[in-house]
Amino acid sequence: MRLELVTRNGKTIMSPLRIFGAPALLAAGFLAVAAPARAQEAAPAPLPPKQSWSFAGPFGRYDQAQLQRGYQVYREVCSNCHSMHFVSFRNLSQAGGPSFSEGQVKALAETFKVQDGPNDAGDMFERPGRPSDPFPSPFPNEQAARAANGGALPPDMSVLAKARDIEFGGLWFMLQPFSQYSEQGVDYIHAVLNGYHDNPPDGFKLPDGKYYNDYYPGHAISMPKPLSDGQVTYTDGSPQTVEQYSHDIAAFLMWAAEPKLVERKRMGLTVVIFLAVFIGLLYAIKKRIWAGIHDDTGVTTAAQPGE
Amino acid sequence: MSGSTTFVPKNPVLKWFESRLPIIGLVHSSFVAFPNPRNLNYFWTFGGILAFMLVAQIVTGVVLAMHYTPESTLAFASVEHIMRDVNFGWLLRYMHANGASMFFIAVYIHIARGLYYGSYKAPREILWILGVIIFLLMMATAFMGYVLPWGQMSFWGAKVITSLFSAIPLVGDAITVWLWGGYSVGNATLNRFFALHYLLPFMIAGLVVLHIWALHVPGSNNPLGVEVKSKKDTLPFHPYFTVKDGLAVVCFMLFFSYFVFYVPNYLGHADNYIEANPLVTPAHIVPEWYFLPYYAMLRAVPNKLGGVCALFGSILLLAFLPWLDTSRIRSANFRPVYRVFLWVWFAAVAGLGYCGSQEPVGGIVTASQILTFWYFFHLLVVLPLLGFFETPLKLPATITDAVLSTTRGSSGAMVAARTTASPSVDG
Repeated sequence: MRLELVTRNGKTIMSPLRIFGAPALLAAGFLAVAAPARAQEAAPAPLPPKQSWSFAGPFGRYDQAQLQRGYQVYREVCSNCHSMHFVSFRNLSQAGGPSFSEGQVKALAETFKVQDGPNDAGDMFERPGRPSDPFPSPFPNEQAARAANGGALPPDMSVLAKARDIEFGGLWFMLQPFSQYSEQGVDYIHAVLNGYHDNPPDGFKLPDGKYYNDYYPGHAISMPKPLSDGQVTYTDGSPQTVEQYSHDIAAFLMWAAEPKLVERKRMGLTVVIFLAVFIGLLYAIKKRIWAGIHDDTGVTTAAQPGE
Repeated sequence: MSGSTTFVPKNPVLKWFESRLPIIGLVHSSFVAFPNPRNLNYFWTFGGILAFMLVAQIVTGVVLAMHYTPESTLAFASVEHIMRDVNFGWLLRYMHANGASMFFIAVYIHIARGLYYGSYKAPREILWILGVIIFLLMMATAFMGYVLPWGQMSFWGAKVITSLFSAIPLVGDAITVWLWGGYSVGNATLNRFFALHYLLPFMIAGLVVLHIWALHVPGSNNPLGVEVKSKKDTLPFHPYFTVKDGLAVVCFMLFFSYFVFYVPNYLGHADNYIEANPLVTPAHIVPEWYFLPYYAMLRAVPNKLGGVCALFGSILLLAFLPWLDTSRIRSANFRPVYRVFLWVWFAAVAGLGYCGSQEPVGGIVTASQILTFWYFFHLLVVLPLLGFFETPLKLPATITDAVLSTTRGSSGAMVAARTTASPSVDG
């Protein structure tokens, strides 16, 4: 997650001098903002194409089967490098999510070995996982993760779908809240998973150990193409293509980042309807109380009330 | 607070209580019998909306504080704990985070209303200055609150803003280290920001009491800017303004709810869902939207100290508005030239906000500089001169006469020049 931010923008602003030199701190802020313009002049990344998601819009709901497939992709592919330490096995059986049964979750958790302890003798020991355990991380620490990934740190995936944005530019930001579009994170993740090219375009110098991706800022991504057709075997007959995998994993990541999304939108509808009715009633009462008194104009045509 | 206290409790227990602590009469005179100009428009409901927002922020904030951990290695995780495991924690947090933005939307409308209708002019200078102090405290509170989730924008925002103090000659660096509680933004900074973030809202609440007190001495200004002359010009606060403010508050709650339930992260920044890392600077450090105009001014001035002075000066200057504005006519409705300049100034602030959100390169820098210049030019040059050169429109003698005079011809009070402004503005 950390290194990724550095490479995402194709620049190195990790110089400890600049960061720790107190008088230069303000400059650090300025330079950080100014830097992208002077940074590597790669071709600008195209906007990730908008996808159709079951959880978009005011009535959005997670697709349970899709989340289950997404978990399968996460477990078989992503979790080899990416941790997800804010999500626990028990979350997989919560309403509105993948909704595995409690028995399934218990059995699933037991397939993992979890370190616990110390016991009465003061020793750490391993035990089978329990539903209350968070997803085990693939690496014991950041250094181990970097060592295994050519210096790059695979970001934790717990809130990844909310931690990625798309810059649309222009004045779209004024309209965006009213379009309710808030799937930038999943659109970006889907685009990156489908944006790999074996060879970079002519003239693009790809650093060693990097891979070319259309949508990744700066195009040089440290993660090799993670998905290929037929890699994960679905049991529900869904197409076993990168396109399908990337939709499923992105949806799963959205759920992992925002497990209360369905509850939120459902409550929102109730609240909005309640308030709208309440406003109607209050407006009628207000009209009645103010009847005969022209507000906003300064006219008095009625007898002074309260006298 | 003022107002005619005619209230005498009938209940003997209340009577006994009232004779020892006349608080019921105080509330009655301030919020029931209080006479308000009858011509207030809906822009005058934002005071009530702001009071509601302050209470909403304190209530959600106190509950969030029960579950939040102000420690640099645990803060981010505790916010995720609130989002995932605390009952309705997601609702509390989204209400609190979006509530900050709503608070600022309301306060900006409230301030703009004061500017348009000249509410800062005599005899309401203290009321206005108290408002500017409340605004400053709000900004400090919001800034420190944004640091608490300890995401990347929290951390780097804190770093950039606290580093502003290092621009102060001689003692700047010492002050910065003192603010941080160390040689960098870290756990000590997070701790003190949490403590202050919890403290300041109560100081704001105290100042709000003074603000309302100072309001209730001269009473509210109104869209005509003509002082209340007789009881005929007013209506009692209850039921007329309780129901009107109530309606406005509920409408605002609907707007607020839309953001909380449907686009809760729109007003935030995606990078703040990445845990703070002192070794990695985000590509683009931006403050929350409500600070963007000031951020643009900070960056517009090439000199660091100059930028910091522009930033703080832009707000402090507002406190001097009652004396910078030399016109005795309050409402912009009667000041044709001021009205145009004011809308240009509003547009300049909005333009600065846009510049603040963009990378400071090329045209954005030039635009920020022009707009920053205009911001100060308007306050320091246009406003003082306008009072001498502008010919205001006819001002009605009283609120009640306002429309009667226009329908019956020009029998209303006539205002030829600012110096002979009708006695009505002197209240």
